[in-house]
Amino acid sequence: MDTQLDLWEVFIQNKAGSYVHAGSVHASDSQMALQNARDTYTRRQEGTSIWVIPAKYVVASNPEDAEMFFDPANDKIYRHPTFYVMPEGAKQI
Amino acid sequence: MTKKEALFNYLLQLGDNALIQGHRLSEWCSKAPFLEEDLALTNMALDNIGRAQSFLKYAGDIEGIGRTDDDLAYKRGERQFYNHLIYELPIGDFAYTIAKQLIISVFEYFQYTELTQSKDSTITGIASKSLKEIKYHKLHATDWCMRLGKGTVESHQRLQEAFNALWMYTVELFEMYESDAILVKDGIAIDLNIVKMKWKEMIATILKEATIDIPTVDYMQTGSRRGIHTEHLGHLLAEMQYLQRAYPDATW
Repeated sequence: MDTQLDLWEVFIQNKAGSYVHAGSVHASDSQMALQNARDTYTRRQEGTSIWVIPAKYVVASNPEDAEMFFDPANDKIYRHPTFYVMPEGAKQI
Repeated sequence: MTKKEALFNYLLQLGDNALIQGHRLSEWCSKAPFLEEDLALTNMALDNIGRAQSFLKYAGDIEGIGRTDDDLAYKRGERQFYNHLIYELPIGDFAYTIAKQLIISVFEYFQYTELTQSKDSTITGIASKSLKEIKYHKLHATDWCMRLGKGTVESHQRLQEAFNALWMYTVELFEMYESDAILVKDGIAIDLNIVKMKWKEMIATILKEATIDIPTVDYMQTGSRRGIHTEHLGHLLAEMQYLQRAYPDATW
């Protein structure tokens, strides 16, 4: 029998403002999840805001789909802004 | 007793409470019900040890004979410790630790709220910093009381039994001594009667919600302010002070 409590994914807000996945914790309810996340992942001033999300609600892409999902982006460097040369004298761009 | 002696005594009590609580909580290291809780309890242990350091250092400064925070922590015998008895009681099972942490953290919440108004600026400094930690300790203990109290038949029973066993140590928290009166008059120490009223009210509210009955006991245990302790403090100190006693002034 699995005696572990439910799994929650933890996201910590960094200085730039983004919530970054920090890891996961076990907890029986949302308050415990928040507190466990605080105790596990913010002990060294890693951030000032936490999201916890039940792991069961995370929808993950299938590794078998990786080629179909991600390879088509390989040859489309023009999607990066650095691909384009800045027109001389342009002020609003 | 001079004012200086009274202040030294008062600081030792604050420091000793933190030191002993920190040591007891650290005993959960690697033994908590699960990993995250292990981290939570040991985080709180570190909060307390930091607080103990601040108060004992200040106590040493006030005493003025060159004793450091380490000297006061590791070179005093049990009769020179002034922590409240409830702090030194063994950790028991998890429900017992939670009940103890609730009683203590609600007490400290009101105690430190008052201490932030002290006329002694070093005390207010330490108190303001500690209060943030104590608020979290109180939240942690309260949430667990709800889960255990309203959890299974066994968790409810264990929590109720823990409160029953601890109750006779609660009145001591609010005892005021002659030496306190000197400091209260100057606005340095706090009036514990105010803390007692607020503590009773908040504990009653929390226990009611957690479906735990407020215990009734005929006898209240006391003695720590005279250096008289339960049989548990000596054992705790034997472990805590072992290194310093066996290898005096050892360094890394």
